[in-house]
Amino acid sequence: MAHVVVGSECWPFTGGASAFEVEGATVREVIASLDARFPGLGAFVDRKMAFAIDGEIHQDAWFSPVGADSEIYLIPKIGGG
Amino acid sequence: MSETLEKPAAPASGLNVVGTRPIRPDGADKVTGRAAYGADFNMPGQLVGKILRSPHAHARIVSIDTSKAKALPGVKAVITGADFPPFLADELIEGGEAASSMRDLAWNVMARAKVLYEGHAVAAVAAISNDIAEEALSRIVVKYETLPHVIDVEAAMAADAPLLHDHIFTAGVETKPDKPSNIAQRHRFARGDLAEGFAAADVIVEGRYTTKATHQGYIEPHACVCAWGEDGRCDVWASSQGAFMVRTYCAKVLGVEISDIRVTPAEIGGGFGGKTTVYLEPVALLLSRTSGFPVKMVMSREEVFRATGPTSGGVILVKLGAKSDGTIVAAEVELKYQAGAFPGSPVGPGAMTALACYDIPNFLITGWDVVTNTPKVAAYRAPGAPISAFGVESAVDELALKLGLDAIAIREKNAVKDGVKAAYGPTYRDIGYLETLAAIKDSDHWKTALKPGQGRGLAVGFWFNVGGESTAAVHLGEDGSAVVVTGSPDIGGSRASMAMMAAEILGLPVERVRPMVADTASIGYSMLTGGSRTTFATGMAVVQAAEKVVAELCARAAKLWDVPVTAVEWRNGQAVCLDAAKDAKPMSLATLAAQSARTGGPISAQVALNAQGAGPGFGVHLCDVEVDAETGAVSVVRYTAAQDVGRAIHPSYVEGQVQGGVAQGVGWALNEEYIFDANGKMENAGFLDYRMPVASDLPMIDAILVEVPNPRHPFGAKGVGEVPIVPPLAAVANAVRGAIGVRMPDLPLSPPKVLAAMDGKAG
Repeated sequence: MAHVVVGSECWPFTGGASAFEVEGATVREVIASLDARFPGLGAFVDRKMAFAIDGEIHQDAWFSPVGADSEIYLIPKIGGG
Repeated sequence: MSETLEKPAAPASGLNVVGTRPIRPDGADKVTGRAAYGADFNMPGQLVGKILRSPHAHARIVSIDTSKAKALPGVKAVITGADFPPFLADELIEGGEAASSMRDLAWNVMARAKVLYEGHAVAAVAAISNDIAEEALSRIVVKYETLPHVIDVEAAMAADAPLLHDHIFTAGVETKPDKPSNIAQRHRFARGDLAEGFAAADVIVEGRYTTKATHQGYIEPHACVCAWGEDGRCDVWASSQGAFMVRTYCAKVLGVEISDIRVTPAEIGGGFGGKTTVYLEPVALLLSRTSGFPVKMVMSREEVFRATGPTSGGVILVKLGAKSDGTIVAAEVELKYQAGAFPGSPVGPGAMTALACYDIPNFLITGWDVVTNTPKVAAYRAPGAPISAFGVESAVDELALKLGLDAIAIREKNAVKDGVKAAYGPTYRDIGYLETLAAIKDSDHWKTALKPGQGRGLAVGFWFNVGGESTAAVHLGEDGSAVVVTGSPDIGGSRASMAMMAAEILGLPVERVRPMVADTASIGYSMLTGGSRTTFATGMAVVQAAEKVVAELCARAAKLWDVPVTAVEWRNGQAVCLDAAKDAKPMSLATLAAQSARTGGPISAQVALNAQGAGPGFGVHLCDVEVDAETGAVSVVRYTAAQDVGRAIHPSYVEGQVQGGVAQGVGWALNEEYIFDANGKMENAGFLDYRMPVASDLPMIDAILVEVPNPRHPFGAKGVGEVPIVPPLAAVANAVRGAIGVRMPDLPLSPPKVLAAMDGKAG
């Protein structure tokens, strides 16, 4: 299972929990797993957060692969000037 | 002259075009005045659109009487917030860089019940001449009930502060507050045990630093021409960082279908993040629908200052703890950023980047997004990062002084590298930070001693860089030329890099490739140009489209030679037959293009993608200053900026990005600031009073390009436009501290303040 770490943006959904193991072979499947565990978190993550999968940032990319031992950090989506 | 600019054109190993310095494709248009910017476009029968703006920083709109304006001959339309669709419930829309609040966007374009800053739009007119439009504005009667206002970010956070909105409840805290507040959001990043970290420290430094709101300062004011057709189809000609962004935002604000709007991008005279939203376009469209004529709107410079997004002013609290050998063991950073009239300051990225250059085991970073009675902030190069970096890099400078370490040594000791977890979470890979520090350490600048009276400062900076959605098409002409079409407005030289990458793949001289930026009906969707994403993401689409064209060229050659396509290779712009029995001479792109009608039709390809895996960038800046003892004026006398750029596609443009970012950062450090009077009115809304640096204020800025390629890009490119504005604020301030012996924590370091600091020291 992938190891997912979330920041303060997600705490209202996770009750303050920051790290957990989640099933999913793609970003989309991980989002579904997150939503099943913390209702509402999936939609929030889909809209607001980017996935840093093993150090590489994926934004709005449902089918980016997630490895069985991947480390995923959910970070606010990034824009710029 | 820059060390790097003197280098001869030399491509990277194995490349013929990428890495060289051809003449820029937009150069002739720009130097001859042929380039058509937003204000240069005109339509037959167009009207002049003008906006009436609030004279108050905060007021309730009691009534608006437009009858006298409407009665003025020559006035064709008058609109107010009541003419726009209502947005009673909020909705998030995607179309810019991230999801935005529909209601906030619409209410910023035209005020509804309240005005939230001086300059907030309250009504608009369209008339047959500029004079009549101005006269019509003067005949609109708005009754206001003025309200207490708040500009300062910490004052806005106070429990008894004037409240801008009654629907904002601080998000990102454990328990939802029961009262509304000006604090829209708290961001928090943490690791380790902060108390334990500080307990283990031998040395602790603490500081409070402040920055003022500054404007992006693009030369070209916002401008557009909008035409609403009788069939409901609309055309927009506008200068922006994203034609598709303009299309989406206009459609949502006006409640029309996206498919009914076509946006044609004009040449853009600077954006720097400030043109990633809409101000005039929805207004001009509604005026056009109301009047039945095309409407042209052009902001004055004063309007640009008063009504378009500057970046935040901020307060940065920093506490660092280190061992006596310089190892930083604990850091606490608190950031308070002005968002302007609506939530959405860049405090999030400010917090994420604050410690991104440092490997620290225990830290807590807290960021506060705070609404204030000032124009809604807009993105500005590396949004949020220069502000937090100013505090952190000043504090690291203090720490180095306390420990007797040099500015590079303390940063080398605590530097992030591949495999280290960034403070914002992910594990770094393929980064070039240590190489960038080494480049400065090896520079002539670092090795050259200061002259008497001078001060030297060093600071570092980070930006993520991003990818995202882009579309590109490559079309071959029958004469063997190529056209590269994208939907990414060129704000920093991207047309040159697109042409060069296509030329590299096709094997053409770059002069035979014409890069174009198309309208929203002529190319597939592309996110706006921003976040240093275009050369990476759109470039990836261009490369893939060019590769598809090459594959088609090889297929045509295979047909002509009657060999399988696997027996054809593309080498230096020619198809080469690998079947020796055919004794076939290589066929050039021009030859194949000339026969395309007979071999299957025109040759072109389009690729649409969502690019992932952008590589982050790091910059290390070194600045020398002199301070006039009589006036307090600071002169930057030498400046060197090194940056990991992945691979410089067109090194001159990359150096230009670095130099431009430094120039803007120096202005932020020394002179630029929004100044408000007691009523919340901006007092310096013009370039005479808002002092940006000009060429004569600056020395040649030496750019050192460090190339640690990003393996996810075909040529290794990383974004380059954001990083260069991150370090200068602290690099300059650290240099001033070195010159006068006093730490000045409050920007800008304008002459009166520097003089006062010097006098205070002397006293």
